[in-house]
Amino acid sequence: MSSATVETTKGPPAAVAGKKTGTKTETELLTGSQILLKALSDEKVDLVFGYPGGVVLGLYDDLFKASTPFRHVLVRHEQGGTHAADGYARATGKTGVVLVTSGPGATNTVTGIATAYMDSIPMVIFTGQVPAGLIGNDAFQEADIVGITRPITKHSYLVKKVEDLEQVVHEAFFIARTGRPGPVLVDLPKDMLCAKSKYKGKKQIAIKGYSCSQNGTVKRIAEAAELLSNAKRPLIYAGGGIVLGEASDELRALAVKTNIPVTTTLMGLGTFPESNAQALGMLGMHGTWYANMAISECDVLLAVGARFDDRVTGRLDGFSLKSKKIHIDIDPSCLNKNVNVEIPIQGDVKTILPDLTRMVRKPETEEWWQTIWQWRKEHPLRYAKSEKIISPQFVIEKVSEVTGGDAIVVTDVGQHQMWSAQYYKFNHPRSWLTSGGLGTMGYGFPAAMGAAMGRPERTVFCISGDGGFQMTTFELATAVEHKVPVKVVVLNNGYLGMVRQWQEMFYGQRYSSSHLASGNPDFVQLAQSYGAVGLRATTPDQVMPVLQQSMETSDKPVVMEFMVAEEENVFPMVPAGAALTEMVDTD
Amino acid sequence: MKHTISVYFQNNFNALSRIIGLFSGRGFEIDSVSFGEAKEKGMARMTIATHGDALIIEQINNQLNKLVDVVKVADLTNEPFVERELSLIKVKSTPETRSEITEVVNVFRAKIIDISPDTLTVEVTGKKAKVNAAIGMLRPFGLIEVARTGTVALKREFKGMT
Repeated sequence: MSSATVETTKGPPAAVAGKKTGTKTETELLTGSQILLKALSDEKVDLVFGYPGGVVLGLYDDLFKASTPFRHVLVRHEQGGTHAADGYARATGKTGVVLVTSGPGATNTVTGIATAYMDSIPMVIFTGQVPAGLIGNDAFQEADIVGITRPITKHSYLVKKVEDLEQVVHEAFFIARTGRPGPVLVDLPKDMLCAKSKYKGKKQIAIKGYSCSQNGTVKRIAEAAELLSNAKRPLIYAGGGIVLGEASDELRALAVKTNIPVTTTLMGLGTFPESNAQALGMLGMHGTWYANMAISECDVLLAVGARFDDRVTGRLDGFSLKSKKIHIDIDPSCLNKNVNVEIPIQGDVKTILPDLTRMVRKPETEEWWQTIWQWRKEHPLRYAKSEKIISPQFVIEKVSEVTGGDAIVVTDVGQHQMWSAQYYKFNHPRSWLTSGGLGTMGYGFPAAMGAAMGRPERTVFCISGDGGFQMTTFELATAVEHKVPVKVVVLNNGYLGMVRQWQEMFYGQRYSSSHLASGNPDFVQLAQSYGAVGLRATTPDQVMPVLQQSMETSDKPVVMEFMVAEEENVFPMVPAGAALTEMVDTD
Repeated sequence: MKHTISVYFQNNFNALSRIIGLFSGRGFEIDSVSFGEAKEKGMARMTIATHGDALIIEQINNQLNKLVDVVKVADLTNEPFVERELSLIKVKSTPETRSEITEVVNVFRAKIIDISPDTLTVEVTGKKAKVNAAIGMLRPFGLIEVARTGTVALKREFKGMT
């Protein structure tokens, strides 16, 4: 941790805030607000999701007056703002930016920050704060947001001197996007936004003790290559680190050279094309039968950018017992955390994978593939189709068909999320946005909106349930205002589906507080009241026409309500606390 | 197993909370903790006594290293190091017991730093075990209050001829 990291960029772009560089600018005093806006421009921010309030009104006034090169999007709730910034970050690979006021504005961001933290999403959250002198006095709209968010941020700052502000902003962005990315919070007391200082326009990042670029030793990589080359039943297990590290091509190169089967985690979907015959789909609790059997039977397991999460491993003492393990991750604290590995390699997957690919020889896997094909034949992903009632899985298949697997798919959390993971054929990275770590209901729609604003050229589908969509429905207002053509699929089964499934399987069918139908709105009318398009399908033959109709709208959100089978369950399934080999297959 | 971990970090209001919060948030144990300014301006050193199996200790080291403010983490347990704890012990004393207490104090090479008609305050410095023993010996006289700093530690530089 001793190496300091230095990043330098040249002075500010001449066009920033309409000021010309020269002696005049260098000596000119700017307010904290102006410094913040200038620093955001220097960070090439193009989109900010925010909500004004008391202590940041001065800043919003400057936003109004200045010709900033970025767009400010007024969300309808700060939680929606953080999810939108998160979706924007996941879809574009850039850093999401959120701007809110103190107290309740700040506390409303907490769920979104925790969501981003668990999935390592780069985000910078600016919160207003009461004037520095009032901190600790229980002032109006005061909350210790730095304290509240400490366990769910990668780092945080409370600005106490306006002279520090410029540097803090640059450090915040640097920390958020480098190494294992994550959210960084900057708390801005009101007086810091009014006080004046010079804008230096020089980014010199040197944070003592912050190191983000160590790469595994050649020796370790060579050992890993040797192990893989001699494997009889090798398997690649790829996670969200491949997305964050932009290493899909590198992963594919390794897989193609070695003909090793690839299974992806929930977070890793899209890093390896599902259209490739080597793809085994997702593993874990609701993964495919063959992926889970493969990880249980393999003799060499290569984990890349994954963290052996409990939803992946099942019961730890029954996890992949026959394998020697290689684990590549940028975060040293992920190595040997849940599972002991023979060859831990710390570093950036984008640089390590090509080295590994160069050193590895193609292992003899003929027999192994025979076994896997057999599993595939005997235990494919499947569900019972019906003529009368819409199967939720059928809707996902049709979404996959209508988009050719090329859309950005964003979900909430629950059954629809797992069905999307199982039945949508992902072919591209940064095209599957889901709250994997925290499991945040209400994430889907605002995140989809953020993704669509960041990638306006892509088709964006939000797949949600009647439960999750109601948690952040109000962001329809934001999406309508900004003409964001997100297509929302509401799989309406009248239940909190995953809760109901667990109650059915493990709690004697006592559906405690999981029935929603009696209070559900008419989603079509709800959408229309916001000025969005509302559509509904009640029978299987209406599914495709509704989806096709949604593709024709390009200037507003479309909400499609699919009245699906009420008591459908997600299978296959590894019951909580069971080993992957104890997986329960579809009837 | 017990471990003594020395953490060198940027001294700001947030860093201290982050380090301690990491222990509570991830369920690591703290047996004692002490902290103060280090030699360099703006830097601080914290000594944390903790325990756990090898995996937990590795996690503690890795997680501490991840904190942005933390510059260096050293697990001193695996190499020679010097450690000390200071304790102030206020004990009941009467004219009859005063000399007996003084004897105990001398054995531990401790000091009496305050006296009143009914009490003595003793300062004792040493390894945790020595401080524990001194407190144990003074307990029968009637402890009134005890304040302990927790362990502070540094790596031993010269290991002599081998």
